[in-house]
Amino acid sequence: MKNKFLLQLSLLLLTLLALLVTPLVHAELTLEINVQGAHQTPIAVLPFAREASVGNSVSKVVGADLARSGLFTLVDGSDINPVPSDVSDLKIDTWKTRGASYVVVGNVTEQPNRRFEARFRLLDANTQVSRMSLAFSGSNEQYRLVAHHIADAIFENITGDKGVFSTRIAYITKNGKARSLKVADSDAFNEQTMLTANEPIISPRWSPDGTRMAYVTFELKRPIVVVQVLTTGARKIIANYKGNNSAPAWAPDGKQLAVVLSKDGIAQIYLVTTDGTGVARRLTSSSSIDTEPVFTPDGQFIYFTSDRGGSPQIYRVAVTGGDPQRVTFGSNYCVSPRLSPDGKQLVFVRRDEGAFHVVVQDLGSGQTQVMTESGLDESPTFAPNGRSILYSTQVQDRGILAIVSSDGRIRQKLTTQTGDVYEPVWGPYVQ
Amino acid sequence: MKKTYLAIVLTALLAACSTTPTSAPVAEQTPQSAAQPAVVAAAQPIVNGNVSAGLYPAKGVGGALGDRSVFYDFDNYTVKDQYRPMVDAHGGFLLGNKAAKATLQGNCDERGSREYNLALGQRRADSVRKILVAKGVSDNQIETISFGKEKPRNPGHDAAAWGENRRTDIVYQGE
Repeated sequence: MKNKFLLQLSLLLLTLLALLVTPLVHAELTLEINVQGAHQTPIAVLPFAREASVGNSVSKVVGADLARSGLFTLVDGSDINPVPSDVSDLKIDTWKTRGASYVVVGNVTEQPNRRFEARFRLLDANTQVSRMSLAFSGSNEQYRLVAHHIADAIFENITGDKGVFSTRIAYITKNGKARSLKVADSDAFNEQTMLTANEPIISPRWSPDGTRMAYVTFELKRPIVVVQVLTTGARKIIANYKGNNSAPAWAPDGKQLAVVLSKDGIAQIYLVTTDGTGVARRLTSSSSIDTEPVFTPDGQFIYFTSDRGGSPQIYRVAVTGGDPQRVTFGSNYCVSPRLSPDGKQLVFVRRDEGAFHVVVQDLGSGQTQVMTESGLDESPTFAPNGRSILYSTQVQDRGILAIVSSDGRIRQKLTTQTGDVYEPVWGPYVQ
Repeated sequence: MKKTYLAIVLTALLAACSTTPTSAPVAEQTPQSAAQPAVVAAAQPIVNGNVSAGLYPAKGVGGALGDRSVFYDFDNYTVKDQYRPMVDAHGGFLLGNKAAKATLQGNCDERGSREYNLALGQRRADSVRKILVAKGVSDNQIETISFGKEKPRNPGHDAAAWGENRRTDIVYQGE
């Protein structure tokens, strides 16, 4: 069917042809938030002194992050004059009067080579106690990232959970035949394109350290698994066997990938090394579809989708092999398993009376909760702090992304101007 | 080769935590060089054989050989009896034309998991392959692939579109 030369040429082309695109200033995705019944803490994020000197408003991004979480409401401080630089310039009673429980005050200092430092303090408006004082720095172009780190610190100080504002998400967009694999900040800004092709791209998966992306591309007219380095665009083919090569899943150590191959007949799960060397080791042996593997955070087990019982359900098997155990019941269609960062909850897609919903199952008690009311939900993925779930769905026949908090109270939608967006995946914390 | 550069922020530059204001240690943010063309061209197809035109039956013209598609129920890969004469006719054609090669392309409707549908599409293509092989057609003449739900023939979102998209197509190489 193919000769060696063509295969090597293909590999060379694949390696050469990954892309890069200039970061966009504005969000390609538009974000909309809906909060129901969640307690919201009022916080005033005051303008940072001298922040105009670096050309951007760090404080506004911090405020937008906190508001977007659904856990905070912003007390407007944009009219303050003069802008306080630190607590010594601050009349904190003003903000207590305006209803703020917390006040953030800060300042920006220009540094050589178009860099800056942002210092800020978080104050309890009632006790007037300084809860935290920190400084972050970066290049002027990275003002949003600096702001995201400030918002993460404030979020963690007040809620006790790590913030995810500085993390990133990946997803696929489709316009006509053109599909693109994209990466953006978690607020959908700073969107960058990793790959554009006129063939399907599916199943992007971040490496545990966030430096590489495994995904499935049909650029060779059939699905193969590649790994791409984000910074360089360099690609390596990980699985290109006869038939389908798909559904990559990183082991927590980043050295192994579970993939699904149909080289021996039907789709089965195999383990391969991430450097592309070595032979694929078969993990499951069934006469049914076994696909969508995902490692547990401790790397000991793999959850996967199988129709071995007559309908697709989620099973669990030890990485060392053995008999898989069925995990989902109560519907004849349970697919796309993903685990919470602590490994205690399973999120998946379940078909109930013809509608496809995101469902969370507590692995200890077995109890399930339907998280969505839409009907064609896909690809749920936990935020790295476990507080929310990103997934794709359809609104008015168009693919969009949506986020729901783990308690179901806070919902966000991310839509593109044109075309479809799908296959979202939330990236890890980056050290 | 024209080089472009982009500054993907990959590592958290910052970190510093204390009860008093301090300057944060900052990692160097050297823009990562990414010496790649901005345009991505798809690699060349490697599946097209050298079968000359005319070595496959005409599409849509008379009889079972003119039909090329098997349709399925939701989450199902059983070839219904109504499609057997058509599949058998293609089996007969392949038996009589050993140089002809066919690709069986499995497809699914848009509902449910992309990866599960990719595997299901493979099963659909395989269900047709098994019938052909049972008729004596050589495995070398048949290739099976799945497009899952990625290449719907009908882009609609209703039952009619879904029914049209749950399908295995028999595609002759070179046509």
